[in-house]
Amino acid sequence: MEAIVSAVRQLEPRRGWGLVGMAFRGRAATVAGARRLSPQRLSVDLCLRRITESSSRAVTPRSSRPERGIVIHSRRRGRLASLAAVSASAALTVSGLGRSYGDVRAVDGLSFQVEPGEVFALLGPNGAGKSTTVEILEGHRSRDTGTVEVLGHDPGASSAAFRDRIGIVLQEVGIERELTVREALVHYGACYSRRRPVDEVLELVGLHGLGDRRTHRLSGGQKRRIDLALGIIGDPDVLFLDEPTTGFDPSARRQAWEMVDGLRALGTTIVLTSHYMDEVQALADRVLVIAGGRAVAEGTPDELRGSMDRETAIRARFPLEADGTVDDLLGRLSGRATVRGGRLEVRTEQPTADLHRLTAWAMERKLELADLEVVRPTLEDVYLDLVGGDGEVDVGAGDHG
Amino acid sequence: MSELEIMADRPGRLPSPLGLLVHQIGYQNRVFRRVPISAFFTLAFPLMFLLLFAAISGDIFIGGGHEVSAAQFYVPGLAVFTAASATYTNIGISTAITRDEGILRRVRGTPLPRWVYLGGVVGSGVSIAAFGVLLMLVVGMIVYGVEVDLDRALPAVITFVVGTASFAMLGLALAAVAPSGQSSPALAQATMLPMAFVSEVFFPLGDDPVRWLQVVGDVLPLKAFVEAFFTPFDPYHSGSGWEPALLLRMACWGVFGALVAARRFRWEPSVGSGRSRRSEAAGV
Repeated sequence: MEAIVSAVRQLEPRRGWGLVGMAFRGRAATVAGARRLSPQRLSVDLCLRRITESSSRAVTPRSSRPERGIVIHSRRRGRLASLAAVSASAALTVSGLGRSYGDVRAVDGLSFQVEPGEVFALLGPNGAGKSTTVEILEGHRSRDTGTVEVLGHDPGASSAAFRDRIGIVLQEVGIERELTVREALVHYGACYSRRRPVDEVLELVGLHGLGDRRTHRLSGGQKRRIDLALGIIGDPDVLFLDEPTTGFDPSARRQAWEMVDGLRALGTTIVLTSHYMDEVQALADRVLVIAGGRAVAEGTPDELRGSMDRETAIRARFPLEADGTVDDLLGRLSGRATVRGGRLEVRTEQPTADLHRLTAWAMERKLELADLEVVRPTLEDVYLDLVGGDGEVDVGAGDHG
Repeated sequence: MSELEIMADRPGRLPSPLGLLVHQIGYQNRVFRRVPISAFFTLAFPLMFLLLFAAISGDIFIGGGHEVSAAQFYVPGLAVFTAASATYTNIGISTAITRDEGILRRVRGTPLPRWVYLGGVVGSGVSIAAFGVLLMLVVGMIVYGVEVDLDRALPAVITFVVGTASFAMLGLALAAVAPSGQSSPALAQATMLPMAFVSEVFFPLGDDPVRWLQVVGDVLPLKAFVEAFFTPFDPYHSGSGWEPALLLRMACWGVFGALVAARRFRWEPSVGSGRSRRSEAAGV
């Protein structure tokens, strides 16, 4: 941030340069035209402008640029020159975050980073610590250990300048029943240093035409939309969505996803929590799976699916009392086997071999394997696997994270 | 990621707190106006008392020097009752309810400074109180011939300011200690109505009241408010109208209320999400 300011100061005596651009991972975009090159205005533009793909074009800056960073260029008589290379910080950095309630460690040593413009999901079952984490990031809750930085701020200090730049869509928040939708947006919008036009916001969340309706006359789904509308009225740089579609019917969920996609296209950094794998798959650029307050896996949805692609599940039922123990079987199998009741499940990367060992074992004992099946695990299976199915953390899976 | 965000605070200034405060007061007043039940209890209820008292006491005139209408005595008391209702009762109940509805939770996530939000609540309560007091006095003067000594109006105005500010702080304290929005009306009325009786808002306690009633009245802030506010209406009073001891007593209660509110005020709902969040954390 200071580096940006100094870069902007360097520009000050060079009024009249044609263009100032920024490059990010090899892409560049015009930020300000010449007429805007007063330092104040330039810094305004630098801060406000989001560079979208359509406005960017490839550029080869002269200076070596950081892997993640900004290069400020200026153009004079058609020649491009790098003025400054600035390392851009992550939108959000969490390290060693911990929070306990009494003896319960709700969040236990979480660390992650969210890049600007990214849609980042915290995925986990109820009680995993998702909401606690997000509430700490929002400044709604204190932390016991660790450091947190959101947009260069410590949310714990909870300054107005920080809250000016974030949008929050919480679970279970209320709204004045007697205000109209438009009044609510104008009222809450008034506290921000900049705000999106009310009509644009209504359009974005699908409430156009309902601006003059009192909020208590809205349906449940429409109320959730006004929550989202109020979350983005201040044109946030980071938007927190806490379980945005919990309690929605399938079509409402689909619409909510489209809204989030629309925000992503506008360049808003989004941190969302969810316990739906498909939701995360549809929305998130990157996922952190947590259970029991700990990270159990992190990656893009494709990466998470990739780890599962290697495995096949073999399932079967058999009368357990036949021999009393299956230890000798488990020793033979290459995959991970679990036995619950009379039900065996094997996760393996060698399905043919393990199936052969299983059937051989059953033949030796003259056991009939009922419901024998060989299947590819579903996304749901991977997720349940990661979070330990019944809420317990599978320690072995922790290696992924 | 092709999108890029620069990590710098917005150079655009946040709206000025003063402007926001004015906005907040207007907004709280608008919400108040749209809930007829609160407008009724705060503004119409004391007027009903006025009608009832006038009907009961009839055209009683109290002699001594010159004849004085009985309304001369209870109209200022009812005006103070209105002012206390608009601040203490109104603020205490509505703030506890908005907290339970999760509205305070939402406010807490916006850049609106918390003191500006609470300032809006207090400012709105005081402005509603001013409206209610003027309404009561105008009706009293026009219909019941209440007379005001305008030379002593300033002390009454100052009394109004100190009194409503103090009762507003007590209202915030009430919201802070109320376990839930649902219980807040009961708490408000259970404290307000007995206090109004011992403070002789409705009728005098008689020539020789029970000692403890007097003591309780003298300790609580409402009687001080009534007595200090009464001076410009008092036909037998010939002093300046300033009652510094009474003002101080009210101010002490105001400070007490502010301290309780500062220590105990919560922005999270007392039921629902607050509890469910804890149970989630506990893995329940």
